[in-house]
Amino acid sequence: MQLTVWTYEGPPHVGAMRIAASMKGVHFVLHAPQGDTYADLLFTMIERRDTRPPVTYTTFQARDLGSDTAEIFKTACREAVERFKPDAVLVGASCTAELIQDNPAGLAAALNLDIPVVPLELPSYQKKENWGAAETFYRLVRAFAPSPAGVVTPRSPGKTCNILGPAALGFRHRDDIVEVTKLVEGLGVAINVVAPLGATVADLARLPQADFNIVLYPEIAGTAADWLKRSHGQPFVAIQPIGALATDAFVDAVAKAAGIAPEAIPTSRSRLPWYSRSVDSTYLTGKRVFIFGDATHAVAAAHIAAKELGFTICGLGTYSREFAREVRAAAAEYGVDPLISDDHLVVEDAITAAQPELVLGTQMERHVAKRLRLPCAVISAPVHVQDFPARYSPQMGQEGANVIFDSWVHPLMMGLEEHLLHMFRDDFEFNDTMQPSHLTQSASPARDESDPAAESPQIEIPETFAWADEAEKELRKIPFFVRGKARRNTEKFATEKGLRIITVEALYDAKAHFSR
Amino acid sequence: MNAPFNPHAPVIARAASERGPANPLRQRGQHEVFCGLTSIIWLHRKMQDAFFLIVGSRTCAHLMQSAAGVMIFAEPRFATAVIDERDLAGMADVHDELDKVVARLLARRPEIRMLVLVGSCPSEVIKLDLAKAAERQGQLHGPAVRFLHYSGSGIETTFTQGEDNFLTSLVKELPAEPVGARQSLIVAGAMADVVEDQFRRIFDALGMGHVSFLPPRNSTALPHVGPNTRLLLAQPFLGETTKALDARGAKHLLAPFPLGEEGTTAWLKAAADAFGVDPGRFAAITGPGRARARTAVERYRPALQDKRVFFFPDSQLEPSLARFLHRETGMDIVEIGTPFLHRHHLAGEFELLPEHVFVSEGQDVDKQLDRCRTARPDLVVCGMGLANPLEAEGITTKWSIELVFTPIQGYEQAGDLAELFVRPFARRDRLKGIA
Repeated sequence: MQLTVWTYEGPPHVGAMRIAASMKGVHFVLHAPQGDTYADLLFTMIERRDTRPPVTYTTFQARDLGSDTAEIFKTACREAVERFKPDAVLVGASCTAELIQDNPAGLAAALNLDIPVVPLELPSYQKKENWGAAETFYRLVRAFAPSPAGVVTPRSPGKTCNILGPAALGFRHRDDIVEVTKLVEGLGVAINVVAPLGATVADLARLPQADFNIVLYPEIAGTAADWLKRSHGQPFVAIQPIGALATDAFVDAVAKAAGIAPEAIPTSRSRLPWYSRSVDSTYLTGKRVFIFGDATHAVAAAHIAAKELGFTICGLGTYSREFAREVRAAAAEYGVDPLISDDHLVVEDAITAAQPELVLGTQMERHVAKRLRLPCAVISAPVHVQDFPARYSPQMGQEGANVIFDSWVHPLMMGLEEHLLHMFRDDFEFNDTMQPSHLTQSASPARDESDPAAESPQIEIPETFAWADEAEKELRKIPFFVRGKARRNTEKFATEKGLRIITVEALYDAKAHFSR
Repeated sequence: MNAPFNPHAPVIARAASERGPANPLRQRGQHEVFCGLTSIIWLHRKMQDAFFLIVGSRTCAHLMQSAAGVMIFAEPRFATAVIDERDLAGMADVHDELDKVVARLLARRPEIRMLVLVGSCPSEVIKLDLAKAAERQGQLHGPAVRFLHYSGSGIETTFTQGEDNFLTSLVKELPAEPVGARQSLIVAGAMADVVEDQFRRIFDALGMGHVSFLPPRNSTALPHVGPNTRLLLAQPFLGETTKALDARGAKHLLAPFPLGEEGTTAWLKAAADAFGVDPGRFAAITGPGRARARTAVERYRPALQDKRVFFFPDSQLEPSLARFLHRETGMDIVEIGTPFLHRHHLAGEFELLPEHVFVSEGQDVDKQLDRCRTARPDLVVCGMGLANPLEAEGITTKWSIELVFTPIQGYEQAGDLAELFVRPFARRDRLKGIA
């Protein structure tokens, strides 16, 4: 039993819903009590879809438990097929239906439907949303692109590929697929099928016609791609083109899989490398960044942060236990302890302890960062309505690298701005007690940084410290926007050293202690 | 205009003439409604020292964060103890596991004075005894912390029925009325604090003496109950709570619900009459509020008059909302869908509605959508799962959840309530250039 306030992933049947909702002509009949229909709003509200997701919930109630929940399932399934006329139907159970053990697979088979039925086993008490999505996609691929008879022979390079992984409720999948299509077609490689997003079951049947697969999101397409490799001999490219370097590596890998000579690869780069090398970005050097998300986006973010923006990684983790190995390897590369946890309270503690200057995380970390008054950018699902922006906003490919540069750097204070603030910190008009000139004279002074309510409650140190007058005056010379941090660091230092009174000396000792 | 062919239409046409509160359409099928757990979203804001711990699955936790929409900035006073396979396989003792979770929670939130264990679908199906668990936690952590339990499971409760079950569990905790106590009033059903304060001022001005609200804002401020207690329901979904209070001697004052000028007046009058308030005084005290409510609603009437509204089931507030819209804004009611129809409590509402108003109880959402599309209403009141798809079909919608989270009761909110229904039309009108 785990205490959970917020979750990074929903139950596995929500993953199955995401696959059904991604595809065309696939309907999902879910054995579930009333209330589980809340999941519809993930699609209609968060993603702003203009149609209901293709899911029918059987809606059994307590009074049905003693009698015939199986009959309710059969009725719902039969009526859903009549009404929606799908090409194929998925059947499964949510957490409660799993406990009553009605066997949707057997019940659906007994209906003798004239369309294919793909049964799903979704162990709700062991697995989570991404696993459910991967499993559902794999079951569908297996059902519609069955293994050929005989020995599988490895394929030679060729210029047709499938793109696997983009799905409903994916983080920027909608735009990534446009960008990746551009990269792949720019090489002269044809795209056979994109799945699950926008695919039909007939498209799945055509998957084996491609020479190789591209796995954009291993969390969703990893299982299916492994199976296609084993059963159809289709190799796959598993580099995700997130960041300038990874985009180059991705293009090289696709070219290799397609048998394209390196000299035939067109050169085209994002603005990220030059923007990052330009002098205004000097201030990014060594900024401490804490990264948390799904494994794919967290690892990609770590590489970009370290190698393309010159940040220092002070924390790296994921909630995807299935991909813990990849995150551990990246953490080792950057010399931090990997954080593998789906307990957001643990993640919050880790962020507080790491004292980052920038947080790259999910919506959960965005809230933590807000509380800690830290700049933050969102890099990964679980998604939020803000993660479906109106504008084109991919994470992958060249435009993705541009988007990442902007969205990670804009929350930070700009370089020149920071210098100017330093230069004018003693200016009589430029301090925290001054009102902006356009506001009325009568307004009260801006809040005092020592106001405990305005300070971040999470890294506040409860003891009150005696500050010598001189030290207090010195502290006031520090620009107000970093003063709170200076105070906290000094008090932390004083605690560690057992100092009873904080002097000017102690203030500068602490500064030296914490300076990089 | 002829309606498009619809295989269900003849059945509806025949039955519709006989429809009404006494003969609602009952269909079984997919219910597009929240389960009772969702009540926690407002209950935890209402009772400031209470924490709601759902004993359930990952689905329950995911529901709570999805239904809460944008995640609440402050750490909420609710959480889920997620049952996992070790608990189910008997490898871990569920009660021991719950002890650990509760201990961790109380260590983290020492200010909590009341911890409510909330049953879910999985905990009900595995027959986890939360009564026993609450008693045991009480022995471990009481009396500083009080422990309650109720079920908010989807197999037993729809949305607001979660509050009904919670209040029922709270009734058991109420102290008995002192012997010889004067007549007192309990107003049951969570409302926004600002609305409660308005009603309290009116009750005080009427000279009604001891009036308390259930749930109270604090678990240490529980009202007493006994034979001299009168009960006024602020919400129409409190069937079980009413039974529990009745069993403790309280007498229910039947009234329409306090939505709009008419509902609020009738509601206050039921209480005033029971407390022997002079009619002249009642008229004098409520007069200014009634006038303000009428003026406020009147402004919105032209936008709503003769428009046709269709309710999908959500909170059980639907009949009361329909009565308000019909009587005070002149809207026509196409269908009142409600998850559960408490005919006795709603009798006052239906007296004010047309005799054969179409009422459906429970839901088969696909068939209801067929009816809705055939009827082409001007406005559909529905949940978040249906609103955008219907908007995309060209049907104007109002999210029903806003009617639960927004202060809408009483004189001062009557205009706001009307405005909630005007806004979708106003928005559509402003945006007609991009339709």
